[in-house]
Amino acid sequence: MSDDNTSMWKNLGLDLKAHDVLLGVLGQAYQDIYLSQENRPRGMEYFDFVMSEIHGLRIKELLDEKEKKRKIIGSYCVFVPEEIALAANATLVGLCSGADFAVEQVEKYLPRNTCSLIKSSFGFKLAKVCPYLECADMIVGENTCDGKKKAYETMGTLVDNLYVMDLPQMKSDNGRKLLRSEYDRFKSAVEELTGVEISVDSLKEAIRTVNEKRAAIHRLSQLRIADPVPISGLDALLANQVFFYDNPARFTQSVNKICDELEERISKKKGVFPEKTPRILFSGCPMAVPNWKLPWIVETSGAVIVGEESCVGERGTRNLTDDSGKTVDALMDAVADRYFKIDCAIFTPNQDRRDHILEMTRAYKADGVIHYGLQFCQPYNMESIPVEKLLEEEGIPCLRIETDYGMEDVGQIKTRVEAFIEQIQD
Amino acid sequence: MIFAGIDIGSRTVELVLVEGGRVIESRQSETGFDPVFEAKKLLEGLEFDGIMATGYGRNLFENAFENAGTVTEIKAHATGARAEFCDAGTVLDIGGQDSKAIRLDNSGRIKKFEMNDRCAAGTGKFLEIMAENLGFSLDNFGPAALTAKKDLVINSMCTVFAESEVTSLIARGADRSEIARALHRSVVRRAAGMLGRVSSSGPIVFSGGVAKNACIRELLSDTLEREVMVPRYPQMVGALGAALILESRAFK
Ligand code: SF4
Ligand code: SF4
Repeated sequence: MSDDNTSMWKNLGLDLKAHDVLLGVLGQAYQDIYLSQENRPRGMEYFDFVMSEIHGLRIKELLDEKEKKRKIIGSYCVFVPEEIALAANATLVGLCSGADFAVEQVEKYLPRNTCSLIKSSFGFKLAKVCPYLECADMIVGENTCDGKKKAYETMGTLVDNLYVMDLPQMKSDNGRKLLRSEYDRFKSAVEELTGVEISVDSLKEAIRTVNEKRAAIHRLSQLRIADPVPISGLDALLANQVFFYDNPARFTQSVNKICDELEERISKKKGVFPEKTPRILFSGCPMAVPNWKLPWIVETSGAVIVGEESCVGERGTRNLTDDSGKTVDALMDAVADRYFKIDCAIFTPNQDRRDHILEMTRAYKADGVIHYGLQFCQPYNMESIPVEKLLEEEGIPCLRIETDYGMEDVGQIKTRVEAFIEQIQD
Repeated sequence: MIFAGIDIGSRTVELVLVEGGRVIESRQSETGFDPVFEAKKLLEGLEFDGIMATGYGRNLFENAFENAGTVTEIKAHATGARAEFCDAGTVLDIGGQDSKAIRLDNSGRIKKFEMNDRCAAGTGKFLEIMAENLGFSLDNFGPAALTAKKDLVINSMCTVFAESEVTSLIARGADRSEIARALHRSVVRRAAGMLGRVSSSGPIVFSGGVAKNACIRELLSDTLEREVMVPRYPQMVGALGAALILESRAFK
């Protein structure tokens, strides 16, 4: 670690000792899970670098942006429109929440039966180990599931820059109106934060930037249809995870570069795993950095993941925002329309998600679906039952896994995953 | 050719040798602290052409034993059950520390399975702890429960909470065999829930050490109103399945 980093972290108010522990764990996990993979595309070196500098260079960049009066906005959910942040000269970063940290402290604020994601967001705050959180000028919470909704009330007592966005629960006209008016309110709040008024040009430009990022991910996803699959599910997941942190233009460029390489691989029939390796579609709760437990189990048990029906995945990146509007109002409508299509399990009813799961299973030629539910996550675990039923009717094998960030159940999950793969191969 | 199947569970290790689809040797021992050591001891003096390991210790064994293959206990039990009852459609296995329910299609392929989560509830371990609490030997626990004249209710399936329910029942002077029966019911409730998620009708092949318990068998078939069939050596089903899978692969 360079001294520069240490003083940077200190200035951000991080707890250096705890932060060292976190970096140690993260580095080790990355080594064991990512760097040990075979046949990785060369282009993944970029992501290895991003990960190794996730608390270093990237934070330095953000601080430099702040120097130049840009604002940083942290978000916990894919309903927070990056277009609006960018258009008002702010940078949006995802706050990861993918690892247990300071569990005892967290349980002073949250009941034990809260999902790992929410607990983790508190753990990172309470232990003062997340430089993104500490450098954010505004933290956006959203009223999605009850757990998050109530947790933000408590979060509000721990930070002084929390902005809570309300979200609809139904895809009705009223729901659409609510979302649109909440995005207007968010737009004003961001404009006030940055002192920059959003114009037609800046919003158009922002929409294009984010669309390009999404389009690059779409391109990557399409390449995973090939057999043998040219990129592991772990690596593709990493790209989807880095989507939330990286400089958008650089991210787009790097993903496109990997895609060029993957196309070459496909033409040579070169894959990360042999041809006919069983193909799995993931569906369910988001997997935030460094939550790599289940994909790691699956891909070391003889299967490959070919898609993620998840917010860190296709649910988050599906659909572009229409940039043809001629007024700010029209463009804001397009933003609302695009996000209103997200089929998060907090919506009722949520048939779209089931349709998408089937669609993705077919598009990516998956042999089976693993439904991933974080323990205590009611919305997704509730939906997992009708999802399983639907898949069963369609003759598609489905395995429901409910777990948390702990490692105690790895052996048991591995057995179930292996049995599922045997079932698929039978 | 002779094929070996070894099932390294958390409590016991079973070994089966098959030749031409028939069992020619079977052995069993406690898992102890060093499962690989116990497994190797069990293999002493035996000759075979290939070995397949299953159970939670399968990967340990694979690393320690040259040319060993592995298969999950789900697939091994399904195959073993099918060898014992050729039209088996539903399999329930309750072992020392885990339990599983499996549904098979007509040709014996796995269609769906469930496994219990990470605790002792509804497993052999639960019965063992409770038998000890009530002063029964494990072998007498089932028969004693069968003699109970009326049904008490124990709500909790969790070992810790059930223990405290038992303590208060004892304090109230409840009959030991009636408490035993209520505890058996709790295991059956859990198994029935798991079975219900994989299949809703037809006979059930019941394997694993707990299948030797007559009270569990009776309550299971009463509760589900389904026939319960137990293989001759219910604990050997996993090892048998592993050996047969290897044999069928060798002749493919
Ligand atoms: S699952 Fe729902 S609440 Fe969670 S990030 Fe996605 S959209 Fe937001
Ligand atoms: S995983 Fe489920 S419970 Fe946790 S924050 Fe997301 S929707 Fe809420």
